Amino acid sequence: MAEKKQFEKGKMVPVPSVSIIPERDLDKTPILECSHLGIDFGGLTAVNEFNITVGRTEIAGLIGPNGAGKTTVFNLLTKVYQPTRGTILLDGLDTHGKTPAQINRMGIARTFQNIRLFNNLSVEDNVKIGLHNQEKYSMFSGILRLPKYWRQEKAAHERALELLSIFNMEDLADHQAGSLPYGAQRRLEIVRALATNPSLLLLDEPAAGMNPSETAELMENIVKIRDTFQIAIMLIEHDMSLVMGICEGICVLNFGQIIAKGTAEEIQSNPTVIEAYLGKQQEGGTD
Amino acid sequence: MMTFLTNLVSGISLGSVYAIIALGYTMVYGIAKMLNFAHGDVIMVGAYISFCTTSYLALPAWVSVIFAIVVCTALGVVIEGLAYKPLRQAGSLAVLITAIGVSYFLQNAAQLIWTSNTKVFTSVVGSGSIKLFNGQLTITVAALVTVAACIIIMVALTLFTTTTKMGKAMRACSEDKGAAQLMGINVNRTISMTFAIGSALAAIAGVLLCSSYNTLIPTTGAMPGIKAFTAAVFGGIGSIPGALLGGILLGIIEVFTNSYLSSELSLAIVFGVLIVVLLVRPSGLLGKYVPEKV
Repeated sequence: MAEKKQFEKGKMVPVPSVSIIPERDLDKTPILECSHLGIDFGGLTAVNEFNITVGRTEIAGLIGPNGAGKTTVFNLLTKVYQPTRGTILLDGLDTHGKTPAQINRMGIARTFQNIRLFNNLSVEDNVKIGLHNQEKYSMFSGILRLPKYWRQEKAAHERALELLSIFNMEDLADHQAGSLPYGAQRRLEIVRALATNPSLLLLDEPAAGMNPSETAELMENIVKIRDTFQIAIMLIEHDMSLVMGICEGICVLNFGQIIAKGTAEEIQSNPTVIEAYLGKQQEGGTD
Repeated sequence: MMTFLTNLVSGISLGSVYAIIALGYTMVYGIAKMLNFAHGDVIMVGAYISFCTTSYLALPAWVSVIFAIVVCTALGVVIEGLAYKPLRQAGSLAVLITAIGVSYFLQNAAQLIWTSNTKVFTSVVGSGSIKLFNGQLTITVAALVTVAACIIIMVALTLFTTTTKMGKAMRACSEDKGAAQLMGINVNRTISMTFAIGSALAAIAGVLLCSSYNTLIPTTGAMPGIKAFTAAVFGGIGSIPGALLGGILLGIIEVFTNSYLSSELSLAIVFGVLIVVLLVRPSGLLGKYVPEKV
């Protein structure tokens, strides 16, 4: 179900009613609703008319050629960049003017294309950074080691190990994060993001650099995370086997514009998408 | 032999003060990635506050110390909020120059309030001393308290940064502010907190420094500030144990050159050592060399 219609810049047309939300989420408030979202860097329009709706327990994919603006969309959603236009509703709440830290508390957590762990901290402490906002004790009880501090720290320790067990990483808790092998660092980033208790998890190229068997395991784990935590997951990925395998709704981005939305089958047979990936030689990136 | 021991004790005591000041530099550098050159002058303000509390209000010494800590903590947070926070996105040179500006502002403000006359600072820990080896070795109580304070602060700070959530947030911010805020950490609050802790330590350092030297002028903080900065770089800026090691070594080197070589040359030698260390180990004694990412 491709959207042939191109939106003109600055002209607010109604959001197309094409919905790719899975049926089970239809009667609930969507976790994410973006309308007319766009950002300009100087005179360059990096993302424009980005309209998407993500269901409460949906696994959504965001794909597109290099430089299409996929990571820019993630940066807009997490307010690393403030959007030039458009609105982002998270669980029905407007996120206008929020800082990245507030967005995280509202329920969006993410991983990074180039891994950004706290390399000098232990694996467990990395997860505990994610638990930061759920640990509630004053600096006073922290310094004086009041019972509240011990209770909360114990709870955080148990929670951290529990989260690490998703990927069978409990044994690595005391290792330094920077010393982990590449694949484990990617998994730890997901655990750290999950620790912030999100309702929408953004994964930026989770399978980058993984071999086919690692990717297959990751796919299982992504579905497992969605089922266990009942959250929505949106992922950017170049590995089509992963995207086509687990994403229920897929959105294709090219030159900052959505060129197609739909299910895996619809996307694979969409002529615009095929052209964007294989067709005419694209000249220069947009980023 | 006894001269050697006496020198060693006073070197360690002086070094402990440098270490406490160096901690302020190193924590702020580690987290905000800036050199807070006004740090030395916060020390001076702390000493003046303590002086005023004891001399004008006639309150006990320990009250004056608490007073100095409270005022300096507030001062540190205000300086950060007014002078450095608006420059968060600016280049490091702009922040550096602002810090030098704040330093001169504090010195001149102190001169206006307290005049440039030398004030006689009465030691907050009394002037007692302990005599060992039949009176051949004298250790002042001020020196003992200084070293003890330094040890307590080091242990407390290490525990704070490694085991509490605020401390962990600080370490996360020092590694990657962007990732930290995307994990829900309020980076601005964390930086304010760092300035608060650094300035509270500066107040303690100011009181201890003036307890040993007994004089107080508006530029009291400037030279120890520069030396403590040297100590922080010497030990590896950004590293808490590095600040301790750098501070103590610098104090010992200074006292020993003063008494065995020449008091005129002591500063030249202190900074000479710094240059040599940085030539051999550019990241300082305990600092980590982080290669620039390409």
